[in-house]
Amino acid sequence: MPQTLDLPVLKEKARSLRLDILDMTTNAGSGHPSSSFSSVEILTALYFGGILRYRSDEPHWPERDRFLMSKGHAAPLLYAVLAHAGYFDREKLWTLRQVDSPVEGHPVQGRLPGIETTSGSLGKGISVGLGHVLGGRMNGLNYRVYVLLGDGECEEGQIWEAAIAAAHFKADNLIAIVDYNKYQETGPISREMALEPFAEKWRAFGWHVEEVDGHDIQAIIETLKAVQEVKGQPSVVLAHTVKGKGVSFVEADYTFHGRALTPEQAERAREEILCG
Amino acid sequence: MRLGARAGLKPAKPMRDVFGDAMLDLCRQNPKVVVLDGDLSNTTKTLGVRQEFPERFFNIGLAESNMVSIGAGLADCGFIPFVTSMSAFLLCNAYDQLRISIAIAGLNVKVVGSHGGITLGKDGPTAMAIEDFALMGGLPTFVILVPCDPASMHKAVRATAEHVGPMYLRSSRVAMPHIYPEDDCPFEIGKANVVREGGDLTIIGCGLMVAAALDAAAMLAEEGIEARVLDMHTLRPMDTEAIATAARETGAIVTAEEHLLHGGMGSNIARIVAETHPVPMRFVGLADTYTDSGDPDALLEKYGLTPQDIVVAAREVVAAKGA
Repeated sequence: MPQTLDLPVLKEKARSLRLDILDMTTNAGSGHPSSSFSSVEILTALYFGGILRYRSDEPHWPERDRFLMSKGHAAPLLYAVLAHAGYFDREKLWTLRQVDSPVEGHPVQGRLPGIETTSGSLGKGISVGLGHVLGGRMNGLNYRVYVLLGDGECEEGQIWEAAIAAAHFKADNLIAIVDYNKYQETGPISREMALEPFAEKWRAFGWHVEEVDGHDIQAIIETLKAVQEVKGQPSVVLAHTVKGKGVSFVEADYTFHGRALTPEQAERAREEILCG
Repeated sequence: MRLGARAGLKPAKPMRDVFGDAMLDLCRQNPKVVVLDGDLSNTTKTLGVRQEFPERFFNIGLAESNMVSIGAGLADCGFIPFVTSMSAFLLCNAYDQLRISIAIAGLNVKVVGSHGGITLGKDGPTAMAIEDFALMGGLPTFVILVPCDPASMHKAVRATAEHVGPMYLRSSRVAMPHIYPEDDCPFEIGKANVVREGGDLTIIGCGLMVAAALDAAAMLAEEGIEARVLDMHTLRPMDTEAIATAARETGAIVTAEEHLLHGGMGSNIARIVAETHPVPMRFVGLADTYTDSGDPDALLEKYGLTPQDIVVAAREVVAAKGA
């Protein structure tokens, strides 16, 4: 799909990504639909809103911007986006989590074009991205590296090791985006393992911080363009989102974290997504 | 008595110094090689690379998890990253990263664990890597190399860079005597070297224990027992053919390693022997224990890793063979 700033077209893209996530996970009988729903607008902005430079027919194009899905449980969203972006046939999506399919439960690098890193134990994305930053410098290339983190993922110690190092190396072409939906698997983050004051933590580690409504595609695009101008330090965008966004009864029930909708629930969800 | 003296082996400098030399040579030859360090370059001896190639050397600090995943990103950019630190700290801190960021996709990242075994000595059990073969054995795509002398370290470092895919290389603090002529060592990944011929039993060693095996063979020869000695420098892929041949031709096997017996080289050899040509076996290595701090030679003696320990095992296995 060509890149566009036409908002209705991008909103329609987000809607069809949600429908694909719904069908993939319900068909598989498992997966993480709600964690995928909450990041839909972020990836729509990146891949279809003119932010990410990529060639789906040349996945290893050396000058491409990198997108690293660190919150690997949002794999259904990543697969749907890559299929819509032309990396592989959309029919593959319906083989999610099946034997002999490369559409694994969590992304495995090398099994499908466009997957830039293996994830599914959390916390690795900024570090891998920093490797791409340092490698790009040695290769004389000026691409950007985008990393999508979960909020619960930021409880991992490696995130903060990487945060120290990215600031130390002045990795201003490294942009982390946190899908800040305020829930981890077991419940509200504020109750389970509080992250606030979250923005202050990143600032204290030497990062430039922006906050944005993570479902406002235009605002996300504007924010991501703004952080491209930041020099001498890495940037993090705290994208405030709603877990399960787009389906009311999933939004209202965090236990959908690692659980697919039943076929009956999926029909209700489809109607909501189509009308929403 | 100095290890290797009975077998007439020439002393050499510490293996970590040899590794440092080999790493610097490699960086001079291959501009794609980069070194990541966990703030231990003076310990692992990558300091020479830092001084001569600062643009290809990154001190990631005391953050092994971060360092390993950074290595994955560098490999994706076409570089050959050597991720280096003390083996115990590197593998145990960053096992998840070795598995997720490197092993599952089989990325071209090289992991060098220094101070393998117990012969780092006085820093004690917290710093000793006595479980690195088992840990790396748990990551299916990693090739595992354990050089036993200066020539084989140089060859192993070169092979590590040339072979595409995840590699683990064990380095050590201790000096290992020359097994091979200084610049003439056969080294093919997955192919064990016969370093002594003999028909009564085979002693299979790796790392420091190759020299111990040759000492033991010299002592056994005085008793009229002729031992074949194999240098098992590659633990994965393991040389099934050399092991099966040794079992068939000599009828008894002793393994010797500076590592836990549980999950180490010997247990993997036993699996191959059991499947190909079952013969009596004995295993020299660390029992399920953490050692004291202390002088390396004293530790080797206390925990049963001397040539004499191999001799005792050899006598038993030869007797069992005749029974």
